[in-house]
Amino acid sequence: MTARTPIQPLSSAASDSPALAEAFVRLRNLSKTYMDERGRPVFHAVKGINLEIQDGELLVLVGPSGCGKSTTLRMIAGLEKISGGTIEIGGQIVNQVEPKDRGIAMVFQNYALYPHMTVFDNLAFGLKLAKKEKPFIRQAVLRAATTLGLEALLDRKPQALSGGQRQRVALGRALVRNPKVFLFDEPLSNLDAQMRVQMRAEIARLHASLKTTMIYVTHDQVEAMTMGDRICVMREGVVLQVADPLTLYRQPQNLFVAGFIGSPPMSLLPGRIESRDSGLVFVGDSGSGALTLALSGRLERLARGRVGGKIVFGVRPEHLRVTGENSSPGAVGCVVEIAEPMGPETILYLKAGGSSLVGRAPCEQLYKKGEKLAIHINIDKAHLFDAESENVLAET
Amino acid sequence: MGRPSLRTWVLGLLGWLAAILLFFPIFWMTITAFKTEQGAYQPDLFFIPTLQSFREVFARSRYGGFALNSICISCGSTVLCFLLAIPAAYRMAFFPTRHTQSTLLWMLSTKMMPAVGVLLPVYLLFRSAGLLDSIRGLILIDTLINLPVCVWMTYTYFCEIPAAILEAARVDGAGFWSEIWHVLAPMALPGMSSTALLLIVLSWNEAFWSLNLTSAQAAPLTVFIASYSSPEGLFWAKLSAASLLAVAPILVMGWLTQKQLVSGLTLGAIK
Repeated sequence: MTARTPIQPLSSAASDSPALAEAFVRLRNLSKTYMDERGRPVFHAVKGINLEIQDGELLVLVGPSGCGKSTTLRMIAGLEKISGGTIEIGGQIVNQVEPKDRGIAMVFQNYALYPHMTVFDNLAFGLKLAKKEKPFIRQAVLRAATTLGLEALLDRKPQALSGGQRQRVALGRALVRNPKVFLFDEPLSNLDAQMRVQMRAEIARLHASLKTTMIYVTHDQVEAMTMGDRICVMREGVVLQVADPLTLYRQPQNLFVAGFIGSPPMSLLPGRIESRDSGLVFVGDSGSGALTLALSGRLERLARGRVGGKIVFGVRPEHLRVTGENSSPGAVGCVVEIAEPMGPETILYLKAGGSSLVGRAPCEQLYKKGEKLAIHINIDKAHLFDAESENVLAET
Repeated sequence: MGRPSLRTWVLGLLGWLAAILLFFPIFWMTITAFKTEQGAYQPDLFFIPTLQSFREVFARSRYGGFALNSICISCGSTVLCFLLAIPAAYRMAFFPTRHTQSTLLWMLSTKMMPAVGVLLPVYLLFRSAGLLDSIRGLILIDTLINLPVCVWMTYTYFCEIPAAILEAARVDGAGFWSEIWHVLAPMALPGMSSTALLLIVLSWNEAFWSLNLTSAQAAPLTVFIASYSSPEGLFWAKLSAASLLAVAPILVMGWLTQKQLVSGLTLGAIK
């Protein structure tokens, strides 16, 4: 991979969704800069992002640690001061509005339950502060408790609850506020794998029944893919791509999105385009004996005009097919480095001409380390990325 | 479980020796209080106890008045300490700046200054303000003496509380005082209780300012004890009786609340 160029923020034109007239939550040129004691900028956490979230949509903000997703969520909640730009909720600019008046409810990563209060009091706290009447509070709490299966736990304190139960109480506390927007800040990070799957389904069910706008922050791309109506991929304070999960998976706009979304990840092979007698080929960057792939169809058209240029070739694991040791036209010889039998399939980590590839194979066959294989790459499904700008090459 | 090792025995023995050494003056004072004045000069452990000294002390002084002053000053200064310390500790714990640590150290450094160095200016200020020999004067001076300790300890307890809980309270609609009353204070209650106990003990035992700034009206029990150091000589039995009457309430309170005192002082020592 070449030296990194500054990440280009996503322009509104690059969004894969059509421009939406009446977004329920709208971020315009939102930025957050942390200052030192003398007012000098120290760190730009969020760099002028633009985002529109529809009423009833579940939008997931996903990205690596430090990308600005939690900071963005906290600015929407009103827990973080905005350095620039505006936030609109329901058509109203809320930059100066207190969190309690924004119509939001937040579920925190570490639950943030009040340890000295019972589950009932945790759920009722916001309503008590709002000076609602006791019968109303009781009804609202019982309704939320019934929705989340907390009826038997109302007299317990948080210390007597499991992680999953605590998270449901945190959900319930958000639910009783009857908010316009739910905000989730990595709510499942502290749960074990099984509980995470369970709670994911719970939140998805809640969204389906309430149809309330939800903004969900996570660093787990599997969570993002399974939960979001749309996913916003962020990195280093900028938005790289906003699209529905399948579009993000099939049509990544840049190298980072391509490598971040999908498990196992896309194989990304740095190299160059060369012109041979047979046509244009992609040659990997691993010296003599490097992987050489003949380009055809769409990729051949994209590669024209890029001969000699530095390119990254990307292919998803499911687009690699093991054809057997006997070579066949278009087959690529490779060696198995690691084979991970997952049950329904085997994940293969392969080495081909010095380049690393990841593939999926049916579970019936067992593979050993060092075993030689021939694979066929579906060139039609592959992607080419410009190594300098890291953007995908696309037909205009 | 196996037999305790030699190391455990030695450490246990050392612990007992230290406890006996620390407690011995209290023990000796207690038994002396039940002796006659002549018997007080004898180092007898076995004697016929008498309440003569106590009767003379009660006859000579208004013990009740001194005790009430001590209670008012200790409790009043503790409450005032918390009213000032809680907002300061809140700000420093949840919105720290680069000056926070230096501010805390500066506050604590005032405890290192000898009180006698500021006796004269404080006396003159109190005289001008009409605070000499007044309960509110002593409450004020005890508050100022104990404030650094109160701020420091409260700050430590507040630092233990995750900021996300206060943020959750803000989202739920809590303002500053609601956060303190409904969330922060209940969560920090164990630590703040032990801080309160410590402040009461410190204030109860404060002698220097009590002796110099009071005479008749507002004198607490520390002055009561000192009044038995007379020019005619030391009346050990009566002095011991007076001292026992002065320290007994705080000793009993400390004994009953020792768990809270220890847990509060060691809270936050281990993450």
